Amino acid sequence: MTHTLGRPDFDIISAWIEPGHRVLDLGCGDGTLLKHLIDTRGVHGVGVDVDDANILAAIKNGINVLQGNLEKGLDEFTDQSFDHVVLSRTLQTVRHTEGILREMLRVGREAVVSFPNFAYWKNLRSVLDGRMPVSEDLPYQWYDSPNVRFFTLLDFEALCAQMGLIIRERHVLDEGGNMVDKDDERELNFLGSLAVYRLTRSR
Amino acid sequence: MPGQSVGVVTSHRAHFDQPLHLRSGSVLPAYDLVYETYGTLNAAKSNAILVCHALSGHHHVAGHYADAPDNIGWWDNIVGPGRPLDTDRYFIVGLNNLGGCHGSTGPSSINPATGKRWGADFPIVAVSDWVEAQARLADLLGIDAWAAVIGGSLGGMQALRWTISQPERVRNAIVIASAPKLTAQNIAFNDVARQAILTDPDFHGGHYYEHNTRPTRGLRLARMLGHITYLSDDQMGEKFGRELRNGSFSFDYDVEFEVESYLRYQGDKFAGYFDANTYLLMTKALDYFDPARLDGGDLTKAMARSKPNTGFLIASFTTDWRFSPARSKEIVAALLANNRNVSYAEIDLNFGHDSFLMDDAHYHGVVDAYLRNIKL
Repeated sequence: MTHTLGRPDFDIISAWIEPGHRVLDLGCGDGTLLKHLIDTRGVHGVGVDVDDANILAAIKNGINVLQGNLEKGLDEFTDQSFDHVVLSRTLQTVRHTEGILREMLRVGREAVVSFPNFAYWKNLRSVLDGRMPVSEDLPYQWYDSPNVRFFTLLDFEALCAQMGLIIRERHVLDEGGNMVDKDDERELNFLGSLAVYRLTRSR
Repeated sequence: MPGQSVGVVTSHRAHFDQPLHLRSGSVLPAYDLVYETYGTLNAAKSNAILVCHALSGHHHVAGHYADAPDNIGWWDNIVGPGRPLDTDRYFIVGLNNLGGCHGSTGPSSINPATGKRWGADFPIVAVSDWVEAQARLADLLGIDAWAAVIGGSLGGMQALRWTISQPERVRNAIVIASAPKLTAQNIAFNDVARQAILTDPDFHGGHYYEHNTRPTRGLRLARMLGHITYLSDDQMGEKFGRELRNGSFSFDYDVEFEVESYLRYQGDKFAGYFDANTYLLMTKALDYFDPARLDGGDLTKAMARSKPNTGFLIASFTTDWRFSPARSKEIVAALLANNRNVSYAEIDLNFGHDSFLMDDAHYHGVVDAYLRNIKL
């Protein structure tokens, strides 16, 4: 399966965003997703990233980007100033998990979160074989990984329930970026390498 | 740094007869501005960039003079063919602000009303007055709207002020190592500097020109103090540490530590060419700057006056404690609250406030990338 931006979660996220929406992309990298959304959907986009090279690349891409550390919150943004706040493949690198989720839904109407699923069967097999998993969605060696939180689909959903966050939509993908569709939650947790969620506050 | 210097440049002088009504209530009936330009204004007149100077800067931004090859512009490293302020693409304008001491009308100029130097009678000018004067220079040069106005420190305040005072005439503002207003600590540093000058016996109430003297002791102290606050603790430590000039303590009050030698040298050099009245005036312009003042201190409200499609690049430096990153972020937050197009870079450089003048690949890369995306 081919994906527009080489990232299957980007296709899913793009489909959720309507033309003209205001989108905040946390950990925006070089701004690829935002640029795509601006070009194809005419969104007003803002990115945040901590890394010098990403700031430079995003400015080169013509993206509004702010250098900042997500661990320190989103103080510079006012309440409900975005339609969507996106955190793609970044939640596992953030130490203050609850803090960032709370901030995302303070600043935005809807949070869009994608992350690698640690319970994916190949990851589990790797651990059973005695080695930490390295895969398409967990592409780092244990000693150079930016990831500080290792969690599963079910872990994440339990946290959402605990925080009173509503899961509006969920897509689970295998390592090839293909949609996994199972009714059994445990099976899904076993077969999904990457998950993408739409979250809102309870109302 | 890739790219080249603009090479030989010349400065120009423009005379303005239309009275300038200043923020203070005073009126300047006529005045001169000296300026330099680099590159060529395109037919659409859409490629002009205004460079605003900080406390001690002037119109000689880049290049050198044919008869003074060592007199290189204060921001030469960022201006020229292939450099971020690319003279192959942009028409760059630098001027000496009103109240300056490098050729534009200021306290050391002759007051036509008296035939003597203005001295202390020269009215205090505010950042908004500078923007008004700069707009008149733009008129003279046939520039309706700047592609960008850029400045560091006090220069950044002018760039920010442009977007509020003349929103139709600035398409992008690049605000570096600046702040939406000074803190009490910052004003305090400025006041110590002013006190050094004002209490110098050679100051003569600002009319020292008539006494054929200059308050160099005060100006020297003011500069030494300022200089400390423009550097970072780490950088001073690395550069000077506790090095002694003669290797051992001499148990007297002469220059012993290298840092003393450096500061005294810097102070002497500055006091040798800069005008004390201009120094006083520039520090006051810094202290008064507060574009949100008339909006009850609400910067978001003040920035709402900027045009929705004006672009902003805000940059700060991690080691700058005089204009810290937190101050730049206040500007960013006010722009975000107004849905303005803004990018913010927090640059990790070790040179404190002076970082904005340094030639650093990442810093210049950010400015370069931003400027290359401006459509002319």
